[in-house]
Amino acid sequence: MLSTLDQLESQSIYILREAYHKIDNLGMLWSIGKDSTALLWLVRKAFLGRIPFPMIQLETHMEFPEVYAFRNQIQKDWGFELIIEDCPPEAEMDQNLPPASRAASRKTQGLKNFITREKYKGLILGIRRDEQSMRAKERVFSPRRFDGSWDYKNQPAEFWDQFKTEFPDDTHIRIHPLLDWTELDIWEYTKRENIPTVPLYYAKNGQRYRSLGEKNITHPVKSDASTIDEIIAELKITKQTERSGRTMDHETEDSFEQLRRNGYM
Amino acid sequence: MNTTPDTQHIHPPAQKAPMNIVIVGHVDHGKSTLIGRLLYETDSLPEGKYDDLKAMAEKRNMPLEWSFVLDSFQAERDQAVTIDTTRIGFKTEHRPYVIIDAPGHREFLQNMISGAADAAAAILVVDANEGVQEQTRRHAYLLSILGLSQVIVVVNKMDLVEYNQNRFETISAEITDYLAQLHLTPKTILPIAAREGDGLKTFSEHLSWFQGQTLLGVLDQFEAQAGMDSKPLRFPVQDVYKSDHERIIVGRVESGGLNVGEMLTFSPSNVAAKVQEIKIWPATDTPKHAAQAGESIGITLDSPIFVERGDIASHEHSAPALTNVFRCHLFWLSDHHLIEGKTYTLKLGTHQVPVFVHSIDSVIDTQHLTKQDQTNVNKYDIAHVTFRSQSMLALDSYQDHRTMGRCVILDGYDTVGGGTISMEGYPDQRHAIVKASNHLYQVDHLLSSDERAARNGHKGAVVWLTGLSGAGKSTLAMHVERKLFAKGYQTYVLDGDNVRNGLNADLGFSPKDRTENIRRIGEVAALQSDAGLIVLTAFISPYRADRDRARTCNTATTFHEVYVKADLETCETRDPKGLYKKARTGEIKEFTGISSPYEAPENPELVIDTAQHSIEDCVDKIVTYIEGNVKLKALKTDQNLKRSTAGL
Repeated sequence: MLSTLDQLESQSIYILREAYHKIDNLGMLWSIGKDSTALLWLVRKAFLGRIPFPMIQLETHMEFPEVYAFRNQIQKDWGFELIIEDCPPEAEMDQNLPPASRAASRKTQGLKNFITREKYKGLILGIRRDEQSMRAKERVFSPRRFDGSWDYKNQPAEFWDQFKTEFPDDTHIRIHPLLDWTELDIWEYTKRENIPTVPLYYAKNGQRYRSLGEKNITHPVKSDASTIDEIIAELKITKQTERSGRTMDHETEDSFEQLRRNGYM
Repeated sequence: MNTTPDTQHIHPPAQKAPMNIVIVGHVDHGKSTLIGRLLYETDSLPEGKYDDLKAMAEKRNMPLEWSFVLDSFQAERDQAVTIDTTRIGFKTEHRPYVIIDAPGHREFLQNMISGAADAAAAILVVDANEGVQEQTRRHAYLLSILGLSQVIVVVNKMDLVEYNQNRFETISAEITDYLAQLHLTPKTILPIAAREGDGLKTFSEHLSWFQGQTLLGVLDQFEAQAGMDSKPLRFPVQDVYKSDHERIIVGRVESGGLNVGEMLTFSPSNVAAKVQEIKIWPATDTPKHAAQAGESIGITLDSPIFVERGDIASHEHSAPALTNVFRCHLFWLSDHHLIEGKTYTLKLGTHQVPVFVHSIDSVIDTQHLTKQDQTNVNKYDIAHVTFRSQSMLALDSYQDHRTMGRCVILDGYDTVGGGTISMEGYPDQRHAIVKASNHLYQVDHLLSSDERAARNGHKGAVVWLTGLSGAGKSTLAMHVERKLFAKGYQTYVLDGDNVRNGLNADLGFSPKDRTENIRRIGEVAALQSDAGLIVLTAFISPYRADRDRARTCNTATTFHEVYVKADLETCETRDPKGLYKKARTGEIKEFTGISSPYEAPENPELVIDTAQHSIEDCVDKIVTYIEGNVKLKALKTDQNLKRSTAGL
């Protein structure tokens, strides 16, 4: 029997290869965080060193400086096509949204603009079911209407690794190869494979970032975990949720739900 | 949230791989409540969730609802029903679990299937007050199709029946009886009161009469699904990555193992090559020699054979079956009826191919477990269906292989069904289409079939009579032979029982032997017709694929399929050999039309209805047809006249 990490790795590679075979005009959203960087590593494994589709970064110019430095270094070291999509300013967002959700929805709009303009049919994303209960409802191959919205009440059946790979022209598909991974799995895998990560994840002065978002809507958590081993040890015992430092999740009872229904990652 | 909370030290680190479990049962029998309470009992709720629940309950002026733990959608809370599969983890000291919550409302069954298909074990929740209900049975049935054999039944809400032992035992007996008919044996049936947490980790004094273990105690005894390592190798090709210097075949090893240097057979194309290399990235110092079940790999081969997505690699002696027809135990998810004769798309492993519905054999009433002869398959029905494809498929029966023996059906863009595969009554066609030797060299005759035809005055031909036992094939063949002979034709009848006394004395009536029987007849008939004879064959020959193969044995002469048609009732009344009687009593097993399928020809050259017409009329019709086809066209000249006077 394979180990848990080997099983997860194999499943993700299987999903990536299905997406690559079945979907033309495929790209991957790379947020530069730990999850999508681990996913990028899995892409290299799946295609034996190649990265056969572009990475897309939704640019708000609000990421931490360490994130930009990491992005430039990885692109230089690994070599792949990187598309940087500028998101519209916050002033153009729905002013009825609470402030942090409004900031977060810039990426939703940037993504919509990008898909509409570039006619992408498939987007690979590094979301996981254990991050947030809304994401727990996701399918591995998740169809989106042309406007990017998610019809969560009427999702297609998905079983036995037979994914939704046939769909009409006005839909695009989101592919989630990391859905079954947990935060702990990601860190254990990152350690095993020696995958680089943004230094902000490691504690300095009793604080670290567990989840990275734009600097205006992301806060660090109290932690002394300054190495990958310490992060793994911390995650094995914490009851704090991963996205507790992400303001937009908590503004109202259903703020993240509204974001996702409208097409947020 | 602007606070910077401390991390807390609660759980010892979990060592084992998580087990996926699914919780199913009738609506409102308490599935979500059980899940919420399981998380609470195992101290797995996120920090602050219990307080949230309490606050929410107070705000809404309702008692604390454990099910709200999972109901993260606004819409769900408003309707107070769970609308989609949700996954959530909890840990015991033994291992972590991932619960897949499957909703009970009938219209959401496809979410339950999506969830349950991934699970290693299931908890079936039954309300102590309401007892076994429609969805209890339907969900249990689906568990059996989905292959979940590790099942616990919990009789929930025991608090509402005052923890009455008799009530528990009545429900236990009812559900045990139902599951037994599905060949499911629950690991245990236990009484619980999920809202109170009773029976999850400990039993209160109310349930002291129950002697068994708690729910968590039983769960911890389940085993992760294993056993794919010891099955024969199945490596479905997912893709082929080509570069200048190599072709890498990628896919996941579904079962068995694969080693560098081994010979692999690719089905259905039946080509073979050796594994040259198992490719991995990043490269390691020592090359990878072997791959095991579950691994996604890439390999190169030692010879440039044609391999494509959908092919299945196996070892030569344990290859999957080859067939163009199979039975499916199907659950149907579409708003539209399943339609006989309609073409759908089959997804089988990595293969995707059109199939059409040959027949809807029965629809299962999951409430009474009876087979109904209706042909309407509605949404969420379960049916036995026979599918057929144009091309040869490589597949396994579900009973032989849990993952390769199941398939998904698409209609256009949408997944409309899924099911398990059975080859019952149908043969593996592999040996019929594979030559045992590769060292064959065809030698050409110095005599042409035209010359033979010129001497005989007619061309050779195969006239293939097919139909049920008792339809009249032998009778007609013998009379036609007699009549043709009298007219000067060279002719011979190959008849079922006669051939089975000699040439095919080693063959029985299993699907495999039936296929081999027909294969040999087809070859003999082809040789005889090549020699110039008009060969009449009188065999049930129930499988379309076998007859199609006989048609292609000899391309130099013509093949004429004659469907000797008589309905089952007529044949059974005639029963010239007393065989139907024996089949009905079970003395003869695998009898065509009774316990084994007959596939009527789709486009026969001739249809002879023996139920409607006399033997004489039928014989005349066949003779006229044959004469029209085998007479030499060139003879309709002077020569023809000469032959006529010669008494032909």
